[in-house]
Amino acid sequence: MADPEIKSWEPHHDSKSAAVTESRPAQAVLMAIVFVFLAVFLLLPLIIVFKEAFAKGIGTYLQSLGDADTRSAIRLTLLVAAISVPLNIVFGISAAWAIAKFEFKGKAFLTTLIDLPFSVSPVISGLVYVLLFGAQGLLGEWLKAHGIQILFAVPGIVLATVFVTFPFVARELIPLMQEQGNGDEEAALSLGANGWQTFWYVTLPNVKWGLLYGVLLCNARAMGEFGAVSVVSGHIRGLTNTMPLHVEILYNEYNAVGAFTVASLLAGLALVTLVLKTLLEMRYGAELAATRGH
Amino acid sequence: MEVRVANVRKEFERFPALHDVSLDIKSGELIALLGPSGSGKTTLLRLIAGLERPTRGKIFFGDEDASQKSIQERNVGFVFQHYALFRHMTVADNIGFGLKVRHGASRPPAAEIRRRASELLDLVQLSGLEKRYPAQLSGGQRQRVALARAMAIEPKVLLLDEPFGALDAQVRRELRRWLREIHDATGHTTVFVTHDQEEALELADRVVVMSQGRIEQVGTADDIYDTPNSPFVYGFIGESSSLPVKIENGEIWLADRPIGLQAPHAPSGDATLYFRPHDVELLEGCSGCIAGTVAASRRVAGTRRVELEIGGERQRVEIELPVDHPAAQKSRVAFRPGRWKLFPAA
Repeated sequence: MADPEIKSWEPHHDSKSAAVTESRPAQAVLMAIVFVFLAVFLLLPLIIVFKEAFAKGIGTYLQSLGDADTRSAIRLTLLVAAISVPLNIVFGISAAWAIAKFEFKGKAFLTTLIDLPFSVSPVISGLVYVLLFGAQGLLGEWLKAHGIQILFAVPGIVLATVFVTFPFVARELIPLMQEQGNGDEEAALSLGANGWQTFWYVTLPNVKWGLLYGVLLCNARAMGEFGAVSVVSGHIRGLTNTMPLHVEILYNEYNAVGAFTVASLLAGLALVTLVLKTLLEMRYGAELAATRGH
Repeated sequence: MEVRVANVRKEFERFPALHDVSLDIKSGELIALLGPSGSGKTTLLRLIAGLERPTRGKIFFGDEDASQKSIQERNVGFVFQHYALFRHMTVADNIGFGLKVRHGASRPPAAEIRRRASELLDLVQLSGLEKRYPAQLSGGQRQRVALARAMAIEPKVLLLDEPFGALDAQVRRELRRWLREIHDATGHTTVFVTHDQEEALELADRVVVMSQGRIEQVGTADDIYDTPNSPFVYGFIGESSSLPVKIENGEIWLADRPIGLQAPHAPSGDATLYFRPHDVELLEGCSGCIAGTVAASRRVAGTRRVELEIGGERQRVEIELPVDHPAAQKSRVAFRPGRWKLFPAA
């Protein structure tokens, strides 16, 4: 389990090895296709985002950032992430703990259910909340009677965001915890630790890099989510507009600089996430290996 | 601390892993649970530890019923097969863990925990490795740290699950002697699980032989080896040979001739004769013996192992001869077992 020899083992792919049968021109063509594709579809848009944002100079860029609605959108996005990411951590750890450490009926079903948000269109997840909490919805009457506003307000946005992001942490932790088994926890219990101490001193440190990785991806999605949030938000400027929604509104108002300014922040977030993710993979690749593949 | 296992049954999802097992472990004893995989030995150890709860039956620590106590309350030192050292903690922190998680007044100050860890490291002969991480230790060293960690909580009982299972042969032998010394020095009641009979017979005061969820025999190494009480124990411990025989009027017959052994109390009928290949008396003339044709002969370390074909049914048995014994050159060998035992035919 903790053998360094095993950890460092990795298959070696040598480009000169006999397993590569394609001719050199064929290899070059394949690589060229990949690079051109990535450049056109990923790199170019990224460059355009920043180019458009700074099209009228840095002064206009800063001015766009200073706009009250923009600042409100940024604040709301940060708030939504600050609520939904911790919720995700709690849920993800609980789910992973239950699935990896206990035997119970319906485990396979639960595992499948966790993946649901990955396979469902975000718009659908937003609609579900409208049906549930909307004025004509199942709980609409009751909520109205008690003066609780969920739809077209921050709670609805948080709920929709939690829904679309909840697989991220759980999906990272489940394979990791399954691989690690119960041995360390049993050892801690046998030494007299209670459940909380076992979790805090043993389980959590064992999964911390996987957890961080999951949190990173979860955060990126929470801040960038558009579809589900768009359905429940109501697009009230300065109140229920998150950054992605605000980008759309600004763009529809032909305020290209404003739209791309906010977009550049999101793109920046994506870049930072990418760098951190790569660093994590480089540094703790072996510990994350079990969770790769999605 | 005495440990008493009383009529314990354990089922996993309706599948019985232990059937009605009872065992008395004396205070200060070093006892081995020996058996093939699937015999229930690890399950029994985990039941004693409190890592599993019995389906039926009770487990006593001294006079106290510990069956419903949690593993924390039982205060046992458990050493896991794969050590289960906390990889993100130093050796010293691993050893001190059990003291660090105590509450209130029973928790020693940090300096005292450090001192205890160093003391235990001395005991397991790893002084100076306090600051290392488990990944920086060899397998044998990890096992020693795991034992030191288990002993740090001053357990009533030490439980070791295949303690040397993951180590190579030479380290195993070394650690075996070392564990015996530690046990004699500290006097802990110690139970260890192994599938290695050599380990069990050499190390333990008493050996519990298990098979298919039952205890087959409990005894000292001599008891177990010299007077096995079942065909399983005969076959599992040491080398054994067996022959189908018939008993008539207290005399043992092989096919149509008596072999010169008396079993006055055995009931007449079919039975199986068990003996040790090395515990045989070679005979010249054969009036009342087992005679067979040499089918194969192999040199094994200090002896020669001869495979004989007996009688018309061509039953094969093995016997061991001194390397230079003249009988090894012959094509027919006659012998009579020295110590032997009859079991009803299966």
